[in-house]
Amino acid sequence: MEPTFYIAGVVAVISTVLMLKRLNLVHALLYLIVSLLAVSVVFFVLGAPFVAALEAIVYAGAIMVLFLFVVMMLNIGRDPETERQWLTPGIWTGPVILASILILEVVYLAQGASAGLGTGAAGPKEVGIALFGPYIIGVELASMLLLAGLVGAYHLGLRKTEKPEIHHVTVTLEGRADSGGDLVLAGADQSARTT
Amino acid sequence: MLNAAGLAFVVAGSRWHQADGQVMFVFILAMAAAEVAVGLALVLQIYHRFDSLDVDAISEMRG
Repeated sequence: MEPTFYIAGVVAVISTVLMLKRLNLVHALLYLIVSLLAVSVVFFVLGAPFVAALEAIVYAGAIMVLFLFVVMMLNIGRDPETERQWLTPGIWTGPVILASILILEVVYLAQGASAGLGTGAAGPKEVGIALFGPYIIGVELASMLLLAGLVGAYHLGLRKTEKPEIHHVTVTLEGRADSGGDLVLAGADQSARTT
Repeated sequence: MLNAAGLAFVVAGSRWHQADGQVMFVFILAMAAAEVAVGLALVLQIYHRFDSLDVDAISEMRG
């Protein structure tokens, strides 16, 4: 089982280096997904299938979808033609090759049916018992952190409503002299003010 | 970086036959998720305010 561990580790390192070298965000995301999946395979080889599943679901699933949503909302490539140019075969062959290596490895591991390196690792049951036993404070803290992250992300993502802008009463210099150059809120009733 | 820390935790837990390493990995996972949410919200807000993601354009704090 050791070769599978090293192969998955090498795939993770290679895909991470390639990710750093991409200038296009979407291409970098492809390599990042491959890197996370490779780390997930490493966890599986180490005998922690629960953590491997969490890594694949949370990182490669949820967080990457979040990234893609942000890319979509920013709408960088407004022209559909440029978006089509991004997905040339030269772009996706690299991630596909690395991912197919990982797939072959997972198939091989599934046929072997026993992870040799991690016979001593704890299973999901022990992890759950430890998580809700001695680490219950940590679970509560993590839940509060997630709540704070949720509120913070909502507050930051809120599109700010227009603040009342401060303008001069009139744009012309005479009007500005009439009003004494003081500032009022835009849209304030000017006739009421002049009396 | 967080992934590397989590990998170290899982390896250590696997080495000493303890579940603690995987528990710590679950915490790291939750922290990374919260961090990514806040970071991406910041990116969105920057884009709304400055209409670009150029870091050099966001130089309002004259330090």
